[in-house]
Parts: sequence; structure tokens; C-alpha cells
Amino acid sequence: MAFVSSGYNPDKPMENRISDIGPRDFNEFLPPVLKNNFGQWKYHDILEPGVLLHVAESGDEVYTVRCGTARLMSITLIREMCDIADAHCDGYLRFTTRNNVEFMVDSKDKCDALKKDLQSRKFDGGSFKFPVGGTGAGVSNIVHTQGWVHCHTPATDASGTVKVIMDDLFEEFTNHNMPAPVRIAVACCLNMCGACHCSDIAVVGIHRKPPLIDHEHLDNVCEIPLAIASCPTGAVRPSKVEIDGKTFKTVAIKEERCMYCGNCYTMCPSLPLSDKEGDGIALMVGGKVSNRISMPKFSKVVVAFIPNEPPRWPTLVKTIRTILDVYKADANKYERLGDWAERIGWERFFEKTGIEFTPHLIDDFRDPAYYTWRQSTQFKF
Amino acid sequence: MAKHKTPLLDQLESGPWPSFVSDLKLEAAARAKNEKDVNYQIPVEVVEDLLGVLELSYTDGETHWKHGGIVGVFGYGGGVIGRYCDQPEAFPGVAHFHTVRVAQPTGKYYTTAFLRQIIDIWDMRGSGLTNMHGSTGDIVFLGTTTPQLEEIFYELTHEANVDLGGSGSNLRTPAACLGKSRCEYACYDAQAICYDMTMEFQDELHRPAFPYKFKFKFDACPNSCVCALARSDFSVVGIWRDEIRIDQEAVAAYVGGEFAPNAGAHSGRDWGKFDIQSEVCDNCPSKCITYADGKLTINDKECVHCMHCINTMPRALMIGNDRGASILCGAKAPILDGPQLSSLLIPFIKVEEPFTEVKDVVENIWDWWMEEGKNRERLGETMRRMGFQKLLEVTNTKADPRHVQEPRHNPYIFWKADEVDGPWERDVNEYRKRHQR
Ligand code: HEM
Ligand code: HEM
Ligand code: HEM
Ligand code: HEM
Ligand code: SF4
Ligand code: SF4
Ligand code: SF4
Ligand code: SF4
Repeated sequence: MAFVSSGYNPDKPMENRISDIGPRDFNEFLPPVLKNNFGQWKYHDILEPGVLLHVAESGDEVYTVRCGTARLMSITLIREMCDIADAHCDGYLRFTTRNNVEFMVDSKDKCDALKKDLQSRKFDGGSFKFPVGGTGAGVSNIVHTQGWVHCHTPATDASGTVKVIMDDLFEEFTNHNMPAPVRIAVACCLNMCGACHCSDIAVVGIHRKPPLIDHEHLDNVCEIPLAIASCPTGAVRPSKVEIDGKTFKTVAIKEERCMYCGNCYTMCPSLPLSDKEGDGIALMVGGKVSNRISMPKFSKVVVAFIPNEPPRWPTLVKTIRTILDVYKADANKYERLGDWAERIGWERFFEKTGIEFTPHLIDDFRDPAYYTWRQSTQFKF
Repeated sequence: MAKHKTPLLDQLESGPWPSFVSDLKLEAAARAKNEKDVNYQIPVEVVEDLLGVLELSYTDGETHWKHGGIVGVFGYGGGVIGRYCDQPEAFPGVAHFHTVRVAQPTGKYYTTAFLRQIIDIWDMRGSGLTNMHGSTGDIVFLGTTTPQLEEIFYELTHEANVDLGGSGSNLRTPAACLGKSRCEYACYDAQAICYDMTMEFQDELHRPAFPYKFKFKFDACPNSCVCALARSDFSVVGIWRDEIRIDQEAVAAYVGGEFAPNAGAHSGRDWGKFDIQSEVCDNCPSKCITYADGKLTINDKECVHCMHCINTMPRALMIGNDRGASILCGAKAPILDGPQLSSLLIPFIKVEEPFTEVKDVVENIWDWWMEEGKNRERLGETMRRMGFQKLLEVTNTKADPRHVQEPRHNPYIFWKADEVDGPWERDVNEYRKRHQR
């Protein structure tokens, strides 16, 4: 493993340096049929779940096969995608915002061959490498974050929860059998890098215990003022602690103010907060971002806590399944999960899904809370 | 023979959904074999050790990553996220496991030639593991050591002609929907403006100068495939302001059942025969569609551009011809005062090269936010603290009923001196001449 230089000279970092060049121009990467018909698309059809046809004013056609991926992927798998794209698609492919990969061809015959090829590929463990689906009124792939694979503040894993949820919803991924599209997101802590605040189903990792304080080391590894400033609720203050006759500069945490966000830990490694029993998942539902029919809306917490049950999180999977089954049976065509819940009323949502309504589900955090209480006698028994 | 036993992770190999565990094992085996004779610059067992440390997290329910530390490339304030393992003796291959964010091409289209080029770099100088893509939009290269960072940057820029993405308190890598390249709903060229603004604002992207992060996202229509108005401080959403174009013959084909509604999105269930009245007219949020005597009529003046009718009958209804975008501002995640969606600032703006009008809006907002924003305050929070009127002021935007869901609920209005007739500074003694104490 001898070090191989790229040409970079650490003594003269600015020598031959190239910076600020940005991404590559997307025009270099558009398949010719898309380039030729740019801005001239007439209509599209979803021929079957996962297979789209786009027709241009010119009459040109492009067939797209959409496949789910785990998002966390190896270069060995990416090379396999490249081989497929070279064999069928003249060397072009694209990814979607929701972590799907799309292969495009310009005729129906090529499309059938491509689809067959994709569906034949499996991992040694038996799962599909390229499951075809994720279109129309079904469940698309899950937008998610890093979890235990790569982050320091997660309260749950992301790759694992996504895998077990999608295993269970595979039928819905490969079909158009829901009332409307269902969008799921997983964020492994309150920072919600994964943007689940507006998803039909949002799985959010939450901690439930305030940070531990490593008093003897804190002042050596942290800038105390930064740790204090990092706390969004002002729960962290400077303090001194005596241990074995020695005085240490440290911080104290006002526990009743802490909502376990982990921001202080991000600034100060001496304030870790993960905890096996404390950590788990809050489940939120009913958000959307599209403007279709109703305006965009936030997801709402319907289960305050589900414990972490690795490796397959059975309670989480079952709860999501229950909600989606009730929604599927009860909602009107085109009705998103949140629109359905609002139409029948949240009191009915809890009744029909059998989910228990607890005091934790009533907002008590700052300004927006009041607007979620009911200022009316309009409700259902 | 695997380096670490992973009985819990092994249970994630079954089931139909692509298993990241199987994929990791594939990569671990490929590195061990090294058929291409790659001169690996970080430990060969990096993937084995990632599986090992992940199994440990699955066992004890806690993460084993320490946070960041400041690592990066010379002159850039973002693009690399530092990561260290808290069990480096047991898992030396991932003792350092930093992320490199690489700028993705707009719309996430690739040639295999380019993909192969960048993953070859990552094969030799990193873990061989990626996220395609990170949630902001970047290509995420997951796991390398500090000495490799400059080398990777050098090869990316010199060989693959591509830059790092953003992180930290700066402009984050902008993202757009695929827009005109493959979507008939696109009201403007989301990819072109996204690329153009990414290039224009490279300095803001690489060198933190903002109170906190700032994101642009571009959706070319109100369907919002990249969720611009939920996920970006500056959300540009395509819209038209004239009439929806109607092809009555195609309407008849939907009514007659020749065309499947919603392009076939509901094909998996028997929803009965397509009923244009209940499915299209009644679902229109402003009830401006009528269907009578075989003819569909839209009262376009009342249309709120929700896309429902167009989505439902894409071959019969098409976006209008007078196209542009709405600009909404201030979306953010819940920390701290609760989640915000972006709020409408500019109801309609033309989005045409060189995009000067849009850039002027951004720069006005930045000038204000960099002046007034507190440390780690997102634009949406500054807007709440200072008031929406302030945003109108700094962007020279005229107030308009479209800016609100409804007018304010209180008359606690902050008047400016020049809005009130007569002198603002008054003499109490003059007053007392008219009113006894
Ligand atoms: C349970 C609550 C939430 C969840 C689960 C959630 C989840 C997610 C996910 C999955 C993303 C995608 C990240 C990305 O692709 O970049 C995201 C992004 C985002 N979310 Fe949320 N989100 C939540 C709440 C909110 C709220 C309430 C807001 C503000 C109104 C918000 C603002 C944003 C913004 C601005 C982004 C853009 C992030 C980016 O593009 O990098 N989120 N959220
Ligand atoms: C104080 C608040 C936050 C902190 C401390 C924080 C911290 C982090 C860290 C450490 C990572 C890197 C994870 C890794 O790869 O190891 C990350 C990733 C990310 N963050 Fe945040 N974050 C915060 C808020 C947010 C918010 C509010 C959003 C979006 C609205 C967001 C969007 C993202 C995205 C999109 C990524 C990439 C994650 C992925 O693709 O998996 N972050 N954040
Ligand atoms: C924006 C400021 C307010 C306006 C313009 C306003 C206006 C009015 C008006 C017009 C009435 C009906 C009076 C009548 O029938 O003779 C009323 C009644 C009342 N207001 Fe207000 N009000 C305001 C603020 C408040 C506040 C802050 C409170 C309480 C804290 C309040 C409590 C009441 C009560 C208790 C009544 C009597 C209701 C009744 O007799 O049926 N109002 N208000
Ligand atoms: C636009 C706002 C308001 C207007 C126009 C308004 C107007 C009035 C008027 C006309 C009266 C009757 C005076 C009289 O009988 O001579 C009154 C009385 C009163 N107002 Fe207001 N008011 C307003 C807001 C408020 C608010 C916000 C409060 C308290 C939170 C308040 C508390 C009272 C009280 C305690 C009285 C005395 C009631 C009494 O004599 O029994 N008012 N207000
Ligand atoms: S959501 Fe939290 S735990 Fe997950 S990647 Fe983001 S900061 Fe890390
Ligand atoms: S976890 Fe969050 S709320 Fe609690 S002390 Fe730390 S920063 Fe403050
Ligand atoms: S946001 Fe609109 S224009 Fe862009 S891809 Fe989605 S549907 Fe098409
Ligand atoms: S776009 Fe929406 S509001 Fe406009 S006519 Fe169609 S259904 Fe009605």
C-alpha cells in the first residue's frame, strides 16, 4: 500500500490547483433522444409499474425502466449498472431524487429485453439488485439518511429500517394499487437531514435521554461557549464540578429544557447521548409536497415512540403496514394519506388504525403548538 | 472467510428489496480478490470493518462514529465531512472514514464513461462505497482517510473535471427536477438555471460566508418532484399564467376509456369506469372545470395551478404557453421553532437566460440575510423574526393578497413615521394646551 501521489504537492497546495469548476454540464450526459427532444415532450404513459413511455412532438419515444436501489451502494454494483447501460442504453443512465436508478432506451423491444435483464439479477443473499417499480399510485423508494453507517448522532439506523420497510412494502413498490402515490422518508435524528417533514410516512429517529457529561475531559476537547451556543433551547450552561478534590470547568444541562436533539454533541464530543433503551423512532404521517388538489402540508406525529428492534424492526414495520392497509381500503382515488386523514378526521384516523392516542401527540413545543389544538365544537364522536 | 461475524446483519440479506448487506459483502470480496490489481490507498479491509462496526451497533443499539473534526481540502469550507470510529483498535480499516461530497450533474444523468472514471478514483483512494445520492443531491463517497482528501480532490478536478459539493454554512449543492429533458409539464428549464446558478455562485458554495446553510431547489412545475418548497430556502417552482391547453378529442378518449387516466398510475386496482365529473371536475380545488355536452371547459382565471387535471389527463390537457416560475422562500427542518415550508414571495417571474431577474432576487435576499441573520439562523427564521414585510422590502416586491392565506388576525400594526399624516415627533406641551393634565 505505497502512497501514490495524484500530482498534488502538499508543499505548494496552489500549484496547478483547479477549483470552483462545479459539476459537469448536464448537457454532456443527456441521452441523444432526450437531447433531440429537449423541451418538446408531448405526453407520457406508465406502461406498467416501473416502466414509463415519454412521447415527443417529433414522434420520438423514450422508454424508461425505473429500479429501486439501497442508495448505499458499492462501486462493484455501480459498475454492474454501467455494464447494463452499456449493453442496452448506449452508455447512459440516471438516478432519481428518491434513490431509484433509471435506464432509458428508444424502442419497446429494447425495453422488454432491458427489463428482463434487470429482473434476472439478484444478490447472493437472494434479494433483487434492480427491482422494477416505484411509479404511479404505489410506494416509491425511501428518501433517507446515514444512521449507524456513518453518523455520530443517529437514534436509529437508516439503511436497515429502509430495507425492512421496503421488504414489507415490496408488493406496493411493484404495483399501482394505492389510492395515490405514497412517499416515505427516514431520518435518523431530529436534524432530519432526510427531510421527512412533508412525507406521507416519516420515520424519525429520536433520543429520549439528555446527554451524558464527560466532566473530566470536557474542557480539554470542547469550546464551552460553542457548546452553550449550540443548544437550541438554552439548556446548556457553564458550570464547575469537583471530582476527587480537583475542580473541572464543564457544563450543566437543564434537563427539563432538553429535547434531545444532539446539537450540543455535534459541537462537543464530551456530551454523547445515544442510549440503547432511550433511542428509537417517532412515526409521522400525512405530509405532502406536491401542490396537487390540496396544498403542501407537514407530517404529523401519530406514534410518539417505537423501540429500536434491530435487525428487522418488527413493530415499526407492522405499524406502517397497518396504517397503509387502512388507508388503502378507505381512501378515495387520488386522495393522499394526509388528505384522507383530514377528510375522515384525525379522531377517525386513530379509531380506524387502532393506534392509541397519547398525550405525547399533542403539540407543546413553542409557537406552532396552539394552532394544532381544536378551537371548535366541530368534532366527531 | 469474513473478518467479522455478522449474524444480525445477515438477517438483512433475505427479502426482495436490494440488500445493502449483500452489496457490502460483494464489495468486501472484490477488494480482497483485487482482480484489477488496484493499488489501494486505504486499508483493504475497510468494508469488512464497516460491516463489523455496523454489526456492533446492531448489537448494542448505539452508533460508533465520533463526530467530525475539521478536515477538508485547502481553501474550501465544505465538501468533506470528517468521521472517526470510536472503536479504532477493533476496526482499524474504518478508523478514519470521511465523506467526500462530489457535485452531481443536474438531473442526475450520467454517461457510464464518467461514472467509471470517478468510481475508479474512489476504488483506489477510498472505501469503494457510495450513496447515489446524498439527500441534498450530491454524489456521496463514503469513507476515506485524511491524507487521501487532497489527492482525491486533485484527481477529480484534473482528471474527471468535476468539483466537490457543499456542506457547512454556505450555499449547498443546488438541485433541480429533470424538467425539460423528459417532462412535458416543465414550465421553465430547471436544469439550465440550476447549472447556471451553481456555476455563478461557486464562491458562495465553497467558502462559508453565510449565517447558516442556504439551499436552492428548482421544480419545473407544481408537482414538485424535488420538493423545492419543503426542502430549500429559495424554492423556484414552475407555473403558467394563461390558459391550460385542451385537446377535446383526447378528452373524449379519456371519457371513452381509450386512454387510461393519470397515464396509468392507478392500473393496479379496479376503480371502476373513469368518471370525468367526479375524478376531474369535483377534485379541482377551485371548482373551475366543467364538463358538459362532451366538452371540457376550464375557467382559467380561477385555476390555482394544482396540476390535478393535467396529471389526470396528460394527453388532453397541457400547461399554458405563458410560462415562468413562482419563488417561495424559507423552508427549513423543525429545529428550532418548528418546521417551515417556503412562503410565496414572487408569484410570477420569467425564467430565461441569463436568469438575471432570479439572481437579483437571490442577491437581495442574501444582502439582507447576511446583514441581519444571526449565527445559525436559517432564512426562514430571519423572516419570522423580522417579518415578511421586511423580505418584501429588500426584494422590492409589492404586497399582494397572494402572499397570504388570509389577512392578519390583529391590528397590531407597526406603522412607519412616513406612513402617517402630520408630524411623527410631537410636542407634549402643545398637546397639553388642548388637554388638561
Ligand atoms: C418529521 C419531519 C421531517 C422529516 C422526516 C424530514 C425529512 C426530510 C428529508 C428526507 C429531506 C431530504 C433531504 C434532502 O434530500 O436534502 C428533507 C429535506 C429538507 N427538509 Fe425536512 N423533514 C422533516 C421536517 C422538515 C420541516 C418541518 C422542514 C421545514 C419546513 C424541513 C425542511 C427541509 C428542508 C429545507 C430540506 C432541504 C434539505 C436539503 O435539500 O438538503 N424538514 N427533510
Ligand atoms: C443542527 C442541525 C444539523 C446538524 C448538526 C446536522 C449534521 C449533519 C451531519 C453530521 C451530517 C453528515 C452525516 C454523515 O454523512 O455522516 C449531515 C448530513 C446531512 N444533513 Fe444535516 N444536520 C443538521 C440539520 C440538517 C437539516 C435541517 C437538514 C435538512 C433540512 C440537513 C440536511 C442534511 C443532508 C441532506 C445531509 C446529507 C445526508 C445524507 O445524504 O444522508 N441537515 N448533517
Ligand atoms: C383586536 C382586538 C379586538 C377587537 C377589535 C375586539 C372586538 C370586539 C367586539 C366588536 C366585540 C363585540 C362587542 C359587543 O358585542 O358589544 C367584542 C367582544 C368581546 N371581546 Fe373583543 N376584541 C378585541 C380583542 C379582545 C381581546 C384581546 C379579548 C380578551 C382578552 C377580547 C374579549 C372579548 C370578549 C370577552 C367579548 C365579549 C363577548 C360577548 O359579550 O359575547 N376581545 N370584541
Ligand atoms: C383594537 C383593539 C381594541 C380596541 C379598539 C378596544 C376598544 C375598547 C373600547 C371602545 C372599550 C370601551 C371603552 C369604554 O367603555 O369607554 C374598551 C374597553 C376595554 N378594553 Fe379594549 N380595545 C381593544 C383591545 C383591547 C385589548 C387587547 C384588551 C386587553 C387585552 C382590552 C381590554 C379592555 C378592557 C379591560 C376594557 C375595559 C372594559 C370595561 O370597562 O369593563 N382592549 N376597549
Ligand atoms: S438525520 Fe441526524 S443522524 Fe441522520 S445523518 Fe442527519 S445528522 Fe446524522
Ligand atoms: S441535546 Fe439538544 S436540547 Fe438537549 S442539551 Fe443538547 S443541544 Fe440542548
Ligand atoms: S416537478 Fe413537474 S416538471 Fe419537474 S419533473 Fe416533476 S412533474 Fe416534471
Ligand atoms: S390545474 Fe388544478 S386548479 Fe387548475 S383547473 Fe386543473 S384541477 Fe383546477
